[in-house]
Amino acid sequence: MSEIREVIINNDRLATDEYLVNMGPQHPSTHGVLRLLVRLEGEKVLNIQPHSGYIHSGIEKMCEAITYPQIIHLTDRMDYLSAHMNNEAVALCVENALQVEVPDRVKYIRTIMDELARLASHQLWWCVFGMDLGALTTFFYGLRDREHILDIFEETCGARMTVSYNTPGGLMFDIHPNFQKRVKDFIKYFRTKLPEYDKLLSGNVILKERTEGIGHLSLSDAIAYGVTGPSGRASGFSCDIRKHLPYSAYPFVKFNEILDLRCDTYARYEVRIKEMYESLNIIEQLIDNIPEGDYAVKMKGVLKLPEGEFYQRVETARGELGVFIVSDGKKNPYRVKFRSPGFSNLFALNKMTKGHKIADLVAIMSTLDLIIPDIDR
Amino acid sequence: MDLYNFTTLTHDIHVGLAKSFSPFLATTIEWVIVGVAYLTFVALFGLILVYVERKVCAAFQQRLGPMRVGKWGLLQTIADFIKLLMKELIMPRKADKFLYNIAPFIVIIASFLAISVLPFAPGLQSLDFDIGVFYLTAVSSVGVIGILLAGWSSNNKYSLIGAMRSGAQILSYELSVSLSLLTMVVFAGTMQFSAIVEGQRDAWFIFSGHLPAVIAFIIFLIAGTAETNRGPFDLAEAESELVAGFHTEYSGIKFALFFLSEYINLFIVSAVAATVFLGGWMPLHFGNFESFNHVMDFIPPVVWFFMKVMGVIFVIMWFKWTFPRLRVDQILTLEWKYLLPINLVNILLMALVVLTKFHF
Amino acid sequence: MTNEELQSYLTGRFPEAELKLGAQYVEMTVTAENLHETALQLKGSEETAFDYVFCLTGVDYAENMGIIYHLESIKHRHSMVLKVRTADRVNPSIDTVSDVWITAKYHEREAYDLLGIHFNNHTDLRRLFLEDGWGFPLRKDYVDEIRIVER
Repeated sequence: MSEIREVIINNDRLATDEYLVNMGPQHPSTHGVLRLLVRLEGEKVLNIQPHSGYIHSGIEKMCEAITYPQIIHLTDRMDYLSAHMNNEAVALCVENALQVEVPDRVKYIRTIMDELARLASHQLWWCVFGMDLGALTTFFYGLRDREHILDIFEETCGARMTVSYNTPGGLMFDIHPNFQKRVKDFIKYFRTKLPEYDKLLSGNVILKERTEGIGHLSLSDAIAYGVTGPSGRASGFSCDIRKHLPYSAYPFVKFNEILDLRCDTYARYEVRIKEMYESLNIIEQLIDNIPEGDYAVKMKGVLKLPEGEFYQRVETARGELGVFIVSDGKKNPYRVKFRSPGFSNLFALNKMTKGHKIADLVAIMSTLDLIIPDIDR
Repeated sequence: MDLYNFTTLTHDIHVGLAKSFSPFLATTIEWVIVGVAYLTFVALFGLILVYVERKVCAAFQQRLGPMRVGKWGLLQTIADFIKLLMKELIMPRKADKFLYNIAPFIVIIASFLAISVLPFAPGLQSLDFDIGVFYLTAVSSVGVIGILLAGWSSNNKYSLIGAMRSGAQILSYELSVSLSLLTMVVFAGTMQFSAIVEGQRDAWFIFSGHLPAVIAFIIFLIAGTAETNRGPFDLAEAESELVAGFHTEYSGIKFALFFLSEYINLFIVSAVAATVFLGGWMPLHFGNFESFNHVMDFIPPVVWFFMKVMGVIFVIMWFKWTFPRLRVDQILTLEWKYLLPINLVNILLMALVVLTKFHF
Repeated sequence: MTNEELQSYLTGRFPEAELKLGAQYVEMTVTAENLHETALQLKGSEETAFDYVFCLTGVDYAENMGIIYHLESIKHRHSMVLKVRTADRVNPSIDTVSDVWITAKYHEREAYDLLGIHFNNHTDLRRLFLEDGWGFPLRKDYVDEIRIVER
């Protein structure tokens, strides 16, 4: 008895056993095949070790054997919710390397498609976030509204998710005649639904209790770990490539970069909701003014980039995607590297979750918005 | 005002049986009749509630729910039940056989014990104790044993953790349930259920007891939802990322019993709320408006009772499909730091109201 | 600083490094021995303040392996490329910069996993995607009869 007393006085707590729990590759909350080895002490998380590679497909190696337009189809499958942005990154990299200027029509359409993809991605994030926290109804609301965007994609690009619409030189084909009308109808419809999302979750006291103060990631940590996208902006890290290094039609639009200084899970949630409003604003500014013109520049049949290294940065729904092409003058690239946002975001998870409880781990991972094929490539 | 009293019916049955059989046999047959009636009711109502939950959930999520099995999916639950009956009963190796087998039955028995004191209509109540409310709160605690045994005997780390969490939650919220019922006992002056319902002849307690009764009702709804492991408090069973619920290792008919008992507990919580706060089988009366009361009496009391119960069930289902889940420490904080003090103050308030006769 | 200013500043600060003005960024090539010191100075000095590594790539050249770091300074909003080569490609090894930039810890694990580049003083150099005993797929001489189809 006196031994126990001594332990309590000296260590300030009873020694309890730590145990390892495996949140295995198949799991409702890890949004993909990711294995987390969690070291717990009671309910408290001490350490998290991610084990990835379950969906590693060797995309970078494959790119060394195919031609530049063929890389587009592989990039669809990396971060499949931002397929447009991935395609655009490769297309822009090749166009800049070959110093090809695409017509304005292409730029406008690319940006509108980007913002639609960002909306669709954030909608899916929102519905899964609610579901992870137990508000099961949000799953249906988010998906119901996302169907409108997917229908627009299907009509114009032929596919709902893996669109492969951009190509070096422009677009694969022109937009469907219905495109503008459908997008305008969608914006009108969604502007009535987005406040519903806010009302359902944002002010809810249970949600605030579960997310405020949880998963703190300071600004210096965000920069050190390279956490970009809405997760980084919620820590005050101003990293929006659309603002700092604008591409396509972003120089022509006015929009705000949403920054939040609270650094916690609730801030990451709010940033994404506000980004959805901003995306709607951007589309509204562009949709009526699409210039007439060609939908692509005529490129050579076989594209050969000059020798050298070319880097292109775009802002996907998750963060900063970088496409780095090392070319030796042949028709296949020498080395392609995709700097994926999920890769850097994932490894900040350990820092954010130390000391919190198991239930908080789910909330934090949900707001990091990880897509595992993006991490594993 | 003459509401049909089932006592005439039960009296006739008793007299009829006593004429034909010996007293001992007559009593036994009556027990069998009551038992079968309750079993049928529980089974039927359980199936109906599962169907209602699926349809209500679908309505909130802007979809249709089961539509194919039978017209409007009415036979869906029966199909699910047949499927559950046909499943293989798997028992984990090294599970404690006796406790493993007995745990679902304990939970169901607790539900039956609680349901037997509820008044469905005048005279349609099988047990009418003087200490009805006290008996109910005592007996509803028996279910916790079943849950803890289920978690313990499964020989599974995570079931045990889930069962402990669930047990802690239920034990904590028992207090709030009991205290809010106690508030109304203070107001009614009696613990007997039939007397409580009779006392609401002029007005339901939630109207006549104004502020303290409304507070007690809200607390009872919250605590009742937590008691049944439902809604925003379903951490023990829905936190399936790490800790699967206490009934992971159960399959087939045993799982069906746990599942059923959850819905029967939901019914019990709603029925108690309807009886103690909303007047039970008593139609809506307003003191001296004779014509109004006369009109209200045309709807039979049984229908009144079930309308109120379904109303409260709908509200509880509404919670579940709207709110996110609370974390386990938040659940316990809510009970011990907020609901309990409010409850205690509320009892004082109600006592003041009763003493100063400041009520309708 | 603009690319030209950056180039002249770096030439003055690191006389041993090779500096080139590429199409997009200033490219600085250092030797493997100077890598760690250069990294510390690039991050620590007030004028450059490169605190954000936005890409870390391993490349397999014919004679040796190279690592390419893309750096950015959040304070000054300028970027540059830092390149380094290993001595040989059979057992390539290089100093780690994970104590300078934390994110490099994981990118270096990926480079080790896919290219076999060993990083000295790395606290946790393990494979990231592939199993132990797998080869190094991104190497140009990687052969796998089952999974890779040669045309």
